[in-house]
Amino acid sequence: MTQQSNGVLLSVKDLVVSYGAIRALHGISFEVGEGEVVTLIGANGAGKSTTLNAVSGLVRPSGGEIRFLGRRIDGKPGHAIVRLGLTQVPEGRRPFLGMTVRENLQLGAFNRPKSEISETMDRVFKSFPRLKERLGQTAGTLSGGELQMLAMARGLMARPRLMMLDEPSMGLSPILVQEIFSIISEINRQGTSILLVEQNAYMALRVAHRVYVLETGEVVLSGTAAELRESPRVKSAYLGE
Amino acid sequence: MSYFLQQLINGLQLGFVYALIALGYTMVYGIVKLINFAHGDVFMVGAYLGFFAMANWALPFPVAILVAMVGCAVLGMVIERLAYKPLRNAPRISALITAMGVSLFIENFTNLNFVFGPAPRAFPRPFAVRTFNLGGVSITNITVIVFGVSILLMVALTWFVNSTKTGRAMRAVSMDKDTSRLMGIDVDRIITITFGIGSALAGAGGVLFGFAYPQIQPLMGIMPGLKAFVAAVLGGIGIIPGAMLGAVIMGVVETFTSAYVSSTLRDAVAFGVLIIVLLVRPTGILGRPGREKV
Repeated sequence: MTQQSNGVLLSVKDLVVSYGAIRALHGISFEVGEGEVVTLIGANGAGKSTTLNAVSGLVRPSGGEIRFLGRRIDGKPGHAIVRLGLTQVPEGRRPFLGMTVRENLQLGAFNRPKSEISETMDRVFKSFPRLKERLGQTAGTLSGGELQMLAMARGLMARPRLMMLDEPSMGLSPILVQEIFSIISEINRQGTSILLVEQNAYMALRVAHRVYVLETGEVVLSGTAAELRESPRVKSAYLGE
Repeated sequence: MSYFLQQLINGLQLGFVYALIALGYTMVYGIVKLINFAHGDVFMVGAYLGFFAMANWALPFPVAILVAMVGCAVLGMVIERLAYKPLRNAPRISALITAMGVSLFIENFTNLNFVFGPAPRAFPRPFAVRTFNLGGVSITNITVIVFGVSILLMVALTWFVNSTKTGRAMRAVSMDKDTSRLMGIDVDRIITITFGIGSALAGAGGVLFGFAYPQIQPLMGIMPGLKAFVAAVLGGIGIIPGAMLGAVIMGVVETFTSAYVSSTLRDAVAFGVLIIVLLVRPTGILGRPGREKV
């Protein structure tokens, strides 16, 4: 895959996050360029979700800076960050279970003008046709794969420039994982940049342009996906080769 | 039979007023998991605002209700911002104790002579009471108005919560605050709006209460507030239709106890119902175990 970065969308510099006395991130730095798919891989507890939550404004960093489109966003409230065009599809999908699929999608477009919502929905259904059939059902009746699709569709409803996905493959069958990742690539081709957090390094390396490897709160390796596929460290620790 | 129907109507009238208070308890609990013990006192302030609007400023009754609703909405939002918001991340017990403190403050502050004063006041009747006789059951125009206004407000609230963008955001925030933030919802703003709406309903309830049982005083919010809280728990706290159902049950049970047993046992039976429901169905009548909604 070619790298199509013609400008930096998100830049994170020396990001430090602590939960009480415990330091979850020890100053990590990375960038996501316009049009890119960037992946953070790492084991459980490496700080991947914490990174996304800090960028989304859900946890407050204790050091470093986060810029989106050149503007500082660290310390801004979460809802203001979404408005800038940066959304997160959270780990575990977090659907609003008691609400219908339609209501979930409408919530995704919370800050968008009412007039464009049905058009955005039609566009989102091109990637997720199954959701269209389920519009009136409550989210609680969907299967795990459908919930992941709902979470991604909900994220797209905000028409983000950058969408962050936290463990989209978690708990899904191999066929569904393939499907989800091909949709992610498709979304990227349509112009949305992607920051992906994954434990499934094999799939992550296939869709990503560039990869950062996170271990215990630090970036230990980074490079293009092709480079990291050949790295002995990645091969032994993440690809099981 | 007609005595029974008569008592049923009296019970429903009381129940509807309780419902207007109970809705605020349940909405606030649904969204911030706080029992806002100052809510009964907001109801009392609503009754006084209605009183001043009619007796001092000579405003018509519908306008008096609006004045009370707007005034109470502002009061509720101010209480939330000053007393509860700073405790958003504190242990729940801190907020609960603060709520009791706010309640005591409002009761004692309004009891001062230069505020409302401790002396009870007669709530003005904007028109003569007329009684209609329907097959042995007498219904006053007051009852008709209490029914009409409460039902109108409950329908309006249900529509608002289920069909508007802000209502959808309220439900989302009550389910999952962080995910709501990821949707771009300003969670603090939605919480403030929820306090405003709940308090406005209590304000309307206060005016209707003064209108139906025409004597008001600064401690008048305690008992109805407590009953409405019980009603909200009875129906399943955090669930809007539950609050309405629980309140109607409370009003009817209380009135039937006075009518058929003894009026001194009225409160004991009303709270007894709560104990039984909590023993049999701890999440309330409409509550589902392990799940909470607005």
